Amino acid sequence: MASPTIPLTPVKLTAKDFKSDQEVRWCPGCGDYSILAAMQRFMPELGIPREKTVFISGIGCSSRFPYYMNTYGMHSIHGRAPAIATGLSSSRPDLSVWVVTGDGDALSIGGNHLIHALRRNVNLKILLFNNRIYGLTKGQYSPTSELGKITKSTPAGSADSPFNPLSLALGAEATFVARTIDSDAKHLQSVLRAAAEHEGSAFVEIYQNCNIFNDGAFELIKDASTRDDHLIRLEQGRPITFGSEQQFSVVHPAGAFGLSVRDSAALDGESPVTHDATVDDPAYAFALSRLSGSDLNTTPIGVFRDVKRPTYDQLVQKQLEDAKAQVTGTPDEMLDDLLNAADTWTIV
Amino acid sequence: MAAGAKRVEQLDRVVIRFAGDSGDGMQLTGDRFTSETAQLGNDISTLPNFPAEIRAPAGTLPGVSSFQVHFADYDILTPGDAPNVLVAMNPAALKANVSDLPSGADIIVNTDEFTKRNLAKVGYAVSPLEDGSLHDFAVHPVALTSMTVGALSELGVSKKDAERAKNMFALGLLSWMYSRPFESTLRFLERKFAKRPDLVAANKAAFQAGWNFGETTEDFSIRYEVKPAKMRPGTYRNITGNQALALGLVAAGVRSKLPVFLGAYPITPASDILHELSKHKKFGITTMQAEDEIAAIGAALGASYGGALGVTTTSGPGVALKGETISLAIALELPLVIVDVQRAGPSTGMPTKTEQADLNMALYGRHGEAPLAVIAPKSPSDCFHAAIEAARIALTYRTPVILLSDNYVANGSEPWLLPSSDELPDLTVAFTTEPNGDDGRFLPYLRDPSTLARPWAIPGTPGLEHRIGGLEKADKTGDISYDPANHEFMVRTRAARIEAIEVPDIEVEDDDENASVLVLGWGSTYGPIGAACRALRQRGLPIAQAHLRHMSPLPANLGEVLKAYDKVVIPEMNLGQLAHVIRARYLVDAVPFNQVSGLPFTAATLESMLEDVVKNG
Repeated sequence: MASPTIPLTPVKLTAKDFKSDQEVRWCPGCGDYSILAAMQRFMPELGIPREKTVFISGIGCSSRFPYYMNTYGMHSIHGRAPAIATGLSSSRPDLSVWVVTGDGDALSIGGNHLIHALRRNVNLKILLFNNRIYGLTKGQYSPTSELGKITKSTPAGSADSPFNPLSLALGAEATFVARTIDSDAKHLQSVLRAAAEHEGSAFVEIYQNCNIFNDGAFELIKDASTRDDHLIRLEQGRPITFGSEQQFSVVHPAGAFGLSVRDSAALDGESPVTHDATVDDPAYAFALSRLSGSDLNTTPIGVFRDVKRPTYDQLVQKQLEDAKAQVTGTPDEMLDDLLNAADTWTIV
Repeated sequence: MAAGAKRVEQLDRVVIRFAGDSGDGMQLTGDRFTSETAQLGNDISTLPNFPAEIRAPAGTLPGVSSFQVHFADYDILTPGDAPNVLVAMNPAALKANVSDLPSGADIIVNTDEFTKRNLAKVGYAVSPLEDGSLHDFAVHPVALTSMTVGALSELGVSKKDAERAKNMFALGLLSWMYSRPFESTLRFLERKFAKRPDLVAANKAAFQAGWNFGETTEDFSIRYEVKPAKMRPGTYRNITGNQALALGLVAAGVRSKLPVFLGAYPITPASDILHELSKHKKFGITTMQAEDEIAAIGAALGASYGGALGVTTTSGPGVALKGETISLAIALELPLVIVDVQRAGPSTGMPTKTEQADLNMALYGRHGEAPLAVIAPKSPSDCFHAAIEAARIALTYRTPVILLSDNYVANGSEPWLLPSSDELPDLTVAFTTEPNGDDGRFLPYLRDPSTLARPWAIPGTPGLEHRIGGLEKADKTGDISYDPANHEFMVRTRAARIEAIEVPDIEVEDDDENASVLVLGWGSTYGPIGAACRALRQRGLPIAQAHLRHMSPLPANLGEVLKAYDKVVIPEMNLGQLAHVIRARYLVDAVPFNQVSGLPFTAATLESMLEDVVKNG
């Protein structure tokens, strides 16, 4: 984690070091397994000691994650992980704090905490496992389920429009926003690495398959026969083109506010946009985020935005540090001074 | 400002109420008068009373703000029932307060505000100054505004600024009447308006004009003196409950050597604790104004998990929102202090009025069997010690503790005999740094046999990596467990560990040791109950008083104390919440006496009720 306040370990760790002794209890075939494996393989790379790493989660299938990591961890309550992690991270700058959450946990019951953690730019790595369904409560629609989704609680179809999690995060002033997919271990790890290296809040949406209640939700961008024509891999400094033959380009049409997908062969004097996640204006990343919708027809993955802004943790610690200049004696002496710092009178 | 050649009369106690429009500066005026009075060594008790609206329409009854100060040459317990003097800055202030005055009381009115329009605003067809309706009182009509403006005419301040200084004229007049030392007020004005020398001069001049007016006018023929009270030797300051509570939290941090982390969301009447603590960063205190009540306690719990003393401050509506996180803290067995400055409910209720109706919520307001410790301070200065006691229990027993203050003690003030830091308890905590299991394993739920507290192993400690959570945990290992016998054991253990918290025995004040009636109170009613009991004893009616500070667990000797009396009376500012607990737990036929008006009990109300019980059983 890119923070000078977190110490590194001299000991070389392995994936095995990050496996806890607890039996993993997700459904067989759940996308969470591959995310857990990728995380355990990736953690040693960071060089951060296990004891300095904390995973905090809320409630939901994904939120069991901390039990399986041999680090410090807290499985808290529904939606509140970002708030709890904010208290921990801002008071303990020596820790690498990760939040593991889901679409219901982060965007429904915990929406408020998520947006405020992002606007404060707390030094948290927030991993949102998005399976577009409530799994642990057995199959109700979630705030990322498509409009019209038929579920146990919406037999006539959902009347709720879904959130676009990345658009939401960008609207909340997030400094790092990325998307990846559970089944693409290599891409997943590259995004986790970028998130870990970011100083401040890093928001990562991970498309995750719930094979029990919403199986195949992301099949269009996973299946080898279709994915290339729908998945847009964002690479820093590279023109944004995609398709089995790179036949599609992402362009910024003159006079338009956003980005559009064009047939590469029919670009009318336009050229593909060159991806730059460090652009300060969030309008660019927002326009990228709007390319994807419920239908997954054009879905960018990778790092959308990665900009620098002072973190909440740094600002809080700086105030504490500055206040030390006012220290005049031992804490007990300062306490006595404080109690007496008023109009006092003495009775003999 | 030499004393005039007027007759000086000695009084043993006086109650003054300053009342005016919300924008008239009555709280500040009362505060300054209190500070002058404290300097003189009188015992003091104060009661502010203001609307929740910041500026209700000027001149209306809902906009009236008042500040009552009771001072005496002896030890007093309450801000006084009935004012001897009312300062009414406008017709609304007169109308809202006149019914509280005993006959013969002095009323000082600002006649400039008694215009036809202002009178009509509060429904006076004829001015009460002219229709004889105030004949029971000694009315002193004073053209406060115009005299203030006149006195400042040479100073070149705007008319608006001059008019706004009228509260200092009133303060000057009252300071003269009661022979108060005024140097601290002049110093205060210099500090308050440091950036506006013109306003320093204007306010000082207004104060002096008020003082001089008292000296020269024939309307005030007598000056009063109240001699210093006999108080225990030591250094004192005047303090409100909210200030004392904040300082208690600072002290808890110092004495535990832990950083204090306050997560709070602004709410009346608790916000002043956040304001105060945010000034003390040099003590390693972090204050976070969170996005909501839930985040506030969540962040505090996260900080506790990381080894800080986590605190959250709020009022009843906030505690309702925090319930789920308090349950989590109970399951995690981490230290956490939750301050509830109670106000009148339900819902938004009356945010600036007092009530004790959150006791049930504090004791029971969570899902599942979720016991915790509850403490209630009995007076403004006791908020300091109650905060330290709450921290002691939280840290020693690794449990959330609810500190039940209320608006009456939070905003009321009294002289406080300052403790020295080395007299305060040592709250040092030892974090766990070594494995505690036989095979070198760390067992996060292996308990200390004496306190039943689990180890506090904070992130960053090598070799003790572990996971905790809201799911039921296996005894010792803390692993997830659905085992029926384990759940039964853990539920009973969480209850037992709260019951096993050591709290001091309850003490009984029964001077003659012949009382058959015990009055049992808790929290902020200590003052009025004590004053009522004293009055009864002075009249030869025996009565015993016991006061609860620890509401959970209750003192071990409470049952024995209750059973030693023929009759137990429980006055509360709710509909009998403690009475229910006492009846259920001790099978004592306690008599509830309840008031839910948003105002504290008066000593007179309690005295007459208790007299009836003592005489008629």
